[in-house]
Amino acid sequence: MFTFSQNKQEVPIVSHHNPDGNQWTIKEKLWLGLSPDEYKSQMLRNPVNWALFVIFAVGLPILLQRYFFGLDTVTHASNDYPWGLFLGFGLFGMVPLSASGFLLGTTVEIFGRKDFVPIERLALLNGLLGYFFAVVYLEVDLGMPWRLYYPMFVSLGPAAVLFLVAWHVATYLSVQVAEVSSAFFEWIGWLKGKRFIKSIAIGLTVSGIILSTLHQGALGALFTYAPSKVHPLWLSANFQWIHFFCSAIFAGLSMVIVASTLCKHFMTWRCDRRFLDNVDRCTIGLGKGCAYALITYLVIKLVGIAHDNEWAYLLTGWGQYFMLEMALAVLLPMFLFAYGVKHNMVGMVRFAALISVLGVVWNRLNTALICFNWKLYQEIPHWKEVWITIMIFALYFITYRFILYRLPILYEWEGEK
Amino acid sequence: MKTLINRRKFLQGGIAASAAATVSLAKKSQAAHFEGYPDSMGVLVDLSRCVGCRSCEAACNQEQNLPTPEKPFNDFSVFDEMHHGQKRRTDETAYTVVNRYDVPGMDHPLFRKIQCNHCQEPACLTSCFVNAYTKTPEGAVIYNADVCVGCRTCMVACPFYIPTFRYSSAFHPRIMKCIFCYDTRLSKGKPPACVEACPQEALTFGRRNDVLNMGRQRIRENPDKYEDHIYGEHEAGGTAWMYISPAPFDKVGMDTTVPKEPILNFVKDFLAIVPMVLTIWPALFTGIHLLATRKDKLEQSKKTEGEV
Repeated sequence: MFTFSQNKQEVPIVSHHNPDGNQWTIKEKLWLGLSPDEYKSQMLRNPVNWALFVIFAVGLPILLQRYFFGLDTVTHASNDYPWGLFLGFGLFGMVPLSASGFLLGTTVEIFGRKDFVPIERLALLNGLLGYFFAVVYLEVDLGMPWRLYYPMFVSLGPAAVLFLVAWHVATYLSVQVAEVSSAFFEWIGWLKGKRFIKSIAIGLTVSGIILSTLHQGALGALFTYAPSKVHPLWLSANFQWIHFFCSAIFAGLSMVIVASTLCKHFMTWRCDRRFLDNVDRCTIGLGKGCAYALITYLVIKLVGIAHDNEWAYLLTGWGQYFMLEMALAVLLPMFLFAYGVKHNMVGMVRFAALISVLGVVWNRLNTALICFNWKLYQEIPHWKEVWITIMIFALYFITYRFILYRLPILYEWEGEK
Repeated sequence: MKTLINRRKFLQGGIAASAAATVSLAKKSQAAHFEGYPDSMGVLVDLSRCVGCRSCEAACNQEQNLPTPEKPFNDFSVFDEMHHGQKRRTDETAYTVVNRYDVPGMDHPLFRKIQCNHCQEPACLTSCFVNAYTKTPEGAVIYNADVCVGCRTCMVACPFYIPTFRYSSAFHPRIMKCIFCYDTRLSKGKPPACVEACPQEALTFGRRNDVLNMGRQRIRENPDKYEDHIYGEHEAGGTAWMYISPAPFDKVGMDTTVPKEPILNFVKDFLAIVPMVLTIWPALFTGIHLLATRKDKLEQSKKTEGEV
């Protein structure tokens, strides 16, 4: 959508006042100050939108099929493999990538690192949307999606790990809505709301850390219910929660790097100088954090193997697959991050971030699907299951882009704040 | 006289109080180590007696009003069926299934029935976040479809691959699994339909402790005939259904790597950190915040002092 800067000379909306000196209405803000025709033509010009259109044209009927004719018409989810791609990617993959919100919140609000402020809101939004869409994936997968609120209000099983996940994701979602809402309040011009959020920022951030620690860990702990089903190399009953939590740290940071890179290149018109001038420096800083998290993760993974004395497994086929994962998804990005940070090579840090994002998703798919039931047979997802997964991700992309176009995430709101 | 009454009352009160104390103590120790309800029922499956007639499957199908299968129950070609390289398993149309195993070195095949083993401390129950499962004092693990949200964690948690999901239904999906014929039989003190239908007395119904002793006795009296192990005595923390077999258990399709303790024990490490994180994190991170921003605060106060 660089079409903006190319075709329209004036700056996109960054304050309450339009060039004539009048107030923008909310409707005009939503249309980005364009007339409906202009908006439509810029939308059709973008080839990404055509690709999205194809994804939805095929995917929506499949989704309806799932809701009207049952899960078995679109997935290979079976009695042996109760969880397929919707949870394997959508829940177990999306949630670590969304740890960015609490990580940057902690860095800025708790550690007082104001130098990361230019990228903080992007990280918060990335967190909020990631969680929200993890719930969307869950709603596709649940047998009775209309009973989503049951664990909260109807029948409570507080001793179960999933109970913790449900409550924490729900409360954390509201914490994140509150955190991101200050951008929204600036945009609609309701300063009272923003001031209130600012006054409780520390409380929100600390509860964010607590809830994130627990439910990132809880997602790992869910697999400790299946000690005889998940391959021992991917399951450490004692340390599974901290393996998942620690990998969420570099996953979340890497995801912010990836998102900020995309914004920098494809949404330059929406970024202000503060963002563009600082994003490289912030990327190096985040890369440093990733390198530390990765080396920690590598060591605690080894501790997990040593604790259960699973060295012999490393010599089997599964062990080689495990070592491949460790090499490509942990060691490689770790060295790239370290080298890139040391020599101030932003491009290398960005490449490392991409690898580590893919690496974490790979790890979660390994735990939930590929190395699950390792003694039985391999489940291959139905193409319709893959398509729905891609379509929900496309919806995530569209929502993400819609918000970035409008709210002051990549730019500072001008005028009263 | 007056004092006597008082003393008697005092003594009565004392006994009541100590009784209450004992009861509450007993409750506490039970909570830490639940070893099952004392008089719960169980079934001993003797694989040396099963001939694979599938009468139990037929009886279960009828008792639980399950759909009539494509192949009738006297069709023994089902023993050759393979799905993804696996023998038949329970599904939404069958709560119990018999499979045939050709054991090397034996001149005849063995048959093994599977159904819910009704664990003492069931993984499905402990992993369920809406309390859809109940372990009844009679020993059955039953399921309440009215509160289930269909997350299928119970299926992931069950080490025996027993609960199944009605994937075919968009509007009335639910977990389908053996409930020990709880509604129609067990709660009335009757054995489940499959046990009653068995013509070979391969299945013996009774108090769990009694059938466990019976299993031990059979092994003791015929040490050459049986493996010296009762599958289910300790597997997954102990199950109501237990097996004795003339062949090693892994040769008759039973997972011998199932832990000998409740599945919940593997989750307890995580459950224990939850209250610690909830209480320690706020203090820790607000503390770090105060430390990290101390310099700024000092500078700020210096500035304001200078202005004054």
